[in-house]
Amino acid sequence: MTTLSDPPTQQFRLSMLVYDTRYRSLTFQALAALLLALSIFYLGSNLISNLRAAGLNISFEFLGAPAGYDINQTLVEYDSQSSHARAAVVGVLNTLVVAVLACVTATIFGVLAGVLRLSNNWLVSKLMAFYVEIFRNIPVLIWIIIIFTIMTAVLPAPSAFRGAEPDASMVMGSFAFTNRGIYTPAPVWGPGSMVVVLTFVASIVAIIAYRKYTTKLLYDTGRLLPVFWPSIALFFLPTILMFFIMGKPVTLDVPELKGFNFQGGIKVGGPLIALWFALSIYTGAFIAENVRAGIQAVSKGQTEAAAALGLRSGRIMSLVILPQALRVIIPPLISQYLNITKNSSLAIAVGYADITATLGGITLNQTGRAIECVLLLMLFYLTISLCISAFMNVYNNAIKLKER
Amino acid sequence: MSEQHAHDVAFVRTEFVPESPPPGVASGPVKWMRENLFASPANSVLTLLSIYAIYLILSPTLPWILNGVWTASSLSECREILNGTSGACFAVLTERWPQLLYGFKYPADEYWRPTLAFVLLFIAAAPVLFFDLPRKLLIFTGLYPFLAFWLIWGGTILTPLLALAGCVVGGLVYQRLVASNFAAGFFGGIVAALVVWTLGGVLIPEGASDNALLPAVPSRDLGGFMLNMMLGVTCVSLSLPIGIALALGRQSSMPLIKWICVVFIEFIRGVPLITLLFVASVMLSYFFPPESTVDLFLRVVIMITMFSSAYIAEVIRGGLAALPRGQYEAADSLGLDYAQAMRLIILPQALKISIPGIVNVAVGLFKDTTLVSVISMFDLVGMIRGPILASTEWNGVYWELLGFAAALFFVVCYGISQYSQWLERRLATDHR
Repeated sequence: MTTLSDPPTQQFRLSMLVYDTRYRSLTFQALAALLLALSIFYLGSNLISNLRAAGLNISFEFLGAPAGYDINQTLVEYDSQSSHARAAVVGVLNTLVVAVLACVTATIFGVLAGVLRLSNNWLVSKLMAFYVEIFRNIPVLIWIIIIFTIMTAVLPAPSAFRGAEPDASMVMGSFAFTNRGIYTPAPVWGPGSMVVVLTFVASIVAIIAYRKYTTKLLYDTGRLLPVFWPSIALFFLPTILMFFIMGKPVTLDVPELKGFNFQGGIKVGGPLIALWFALSIYTGAFIAENVRAGIQAVSKGQTEAAAALGLRSGRIMSLVILPQALRVIIPPLISQYLNITKNSSLAIAVGYADITATLGGITLNQTGRAIECVLLLMLFYLTISLCISAFMNVYNNAIKLKER
Repeated sequence: MSEQHAHDVAFVRTEFVPESPPPGVASGPVKWMRENLFASPANSVLTLLSIYAIYLILSPTLPWILNGVWTASSLSECREILNGTSGACFAVLTERWPQLLYGFKYPADEYWRPTLAFVLLFIAAAPVLFFDLPRKLLIFTGLYPFLAFWLIWGGTILTPLLALAGCVVGGLVYQRLVASNFAAGFFGGIVAALVVWTLGGVLIPEGASDNALLPAVPSRDLGGFMLNMMLGVTCVSLSLPIGIALALGRQSSMPLIKWICVVFIEFIRGVPLITLLFVASVMLSYFFPPESTVDLFLRVVIMITMFSSAYIAEVIRGGLAALPRGQYEAADSLGLDYAQAMRLIILPQALKISIPGIVNVAVGLFKDTTLVSVISMFDLVGMIRGPILASTEWNGVYWELLGFAAALFFVVCYGISQYSQWLERRLATDHR
């Protein structure tokens, strides 16, 4: 029987901090910590002495002071007597509005262009390739400026709509495209309109329930009920019926030319349109490439296998190709959404009052509180992007291939 | 047997029918059109719609471009020449050409300097971009930054020479020490370069730039497309080594270093470039010593470099993660230390995988250099929106100018992406 003796314990020596790989990482980290602390101290002391020399301090009290400037497109109540904090909130909401709008339309453009680029039709696929290359290779700032110029320099002034023989006319009698913005009809919610809205919500719930029921029926008994047409009918019929039963409670407020400008309806300002549309077509080109890559990533054997099982082409797409393609498409799609949110900060170039233009632009210039404003601005964007990446992690974990 | 067969049936063909060409509908352009444009009714509708869309785009723009006026001194004169017909006023491009390229403050007598620097850029970039060229050309690539600095900013030649001397000394020290230990060589090289720079900084006389061969041009006089090019090229080349360091740091097993890199990368990637440019224009000067004057160009370069190095770090991290685990283990089993394993085994492969991503970041960054117009630097977009459109002669010439800017960026960015695709095919070593 052999006895194992302990390996000779080495005394710790200082030289091991350099020559022994077990301890060397400690040395490096200590060095890094030292360097970090030194640079923070150096930058901090510079900051303090510079601020003292300029007679400034760091304080966020300016947020409570009256802003003193007007914002032409606001979602919440705001006037020039409101505080800087309120202006920042208006900016945050405007950023979110343009980001959400642009995400929706960019997805539509991108999916359309990506699918059409794979079309058998030579002309269509070349046209879509042209669209993608043109928009991906030209800075988004130039696109924003181009569309803003179309909005302000090409569209007619409201006065062009006046007179018996006007130079411009409203599209379908209710949409006015002017150089001050686009005017669209606004719904007016009369008494009893709540019932109509509730009916609509109820019919959506009914559609979801019906689809679940048909799937369950299919799996249990093998009977296949029609889904598409009943869903369409459920979507429209109850709401329209209720609309007439309640005596047309919802009416449209159509914009009309009064004096020098249009009154009534909803006004969507030129800067918002420019930013929204430019971000959509620019990011749409990137999304188109993601969609194309995703569909091409599904191997042709999958289509053929599904066809061999006897599935129809629509079901091949919805049951076999799309679930696999989406796994590839969605993660880059979400980071494109993040890009849209960050690129929406270019609003400042066309004067759309997003958070960068209010807090980082006018508030910063009026109060001179550069450090505070830029810090708050960064904090906002960081929060948004951390939220989106957290969501993305959850999603990626959810769709991860379950391997045995 | 054939005899008997011949008697049984009424007719037997004894010679081959001469081959006839396929019918017109199944060959040539008609077949191609039937297959590619009119394969099905829906397809035909799509084709007609596309042709209509092309017609809608081309019918106003084509005469507008072809009818363009190239020589006029103002918009009103241009309109007189056009006399009511539709036509572009490209005269603004010819008249303001130097302003679009160099900005409105760069001294006109010195335009040859940035032009020469631009031409030399191609020679300097060639050996990096195309491996087949003789390796000796890399010496010029190494000299180019100092030469370009001297050409564009002018002033005393001592400054770039001193910078070059510092780099050379640092490189020599590194080569001396790296044989024994990479860390010693690396840090020794940096320290040696710093020593040379501080010593030399004392030696350069105060008024050295006054009567220099090339008159000094301050950074605030730079502008136009030159500014976009300078920012793009400088920031991409600076951010590559920083990005590699950050990517390696993020993969590191040392928690502190890993966390520093993660926080830096995620912070930079989480905020838009505009906010970083705000930092450069209004906030960064608070962090420098009170007496120092770091000009706006340098501050913008610092912030854009930080921005792009975070993105490049993420691309390279993807490349590192894509390498099979066996490569790391093989390097370890050969007895290589960390620096050797990275330099000789891991990074060459990881960088090759990341080339398309790095080029994407570079193209994106080049496009993003237009954002500096927001912090009132007069790059190409800033020049167009500022001095040119605001001038009385050219107030209202939007499309020619914006179209020119768009075309210029398209040519550069499309060229870079085509190069990257060529490089990808060139570097593909897997057998397919």
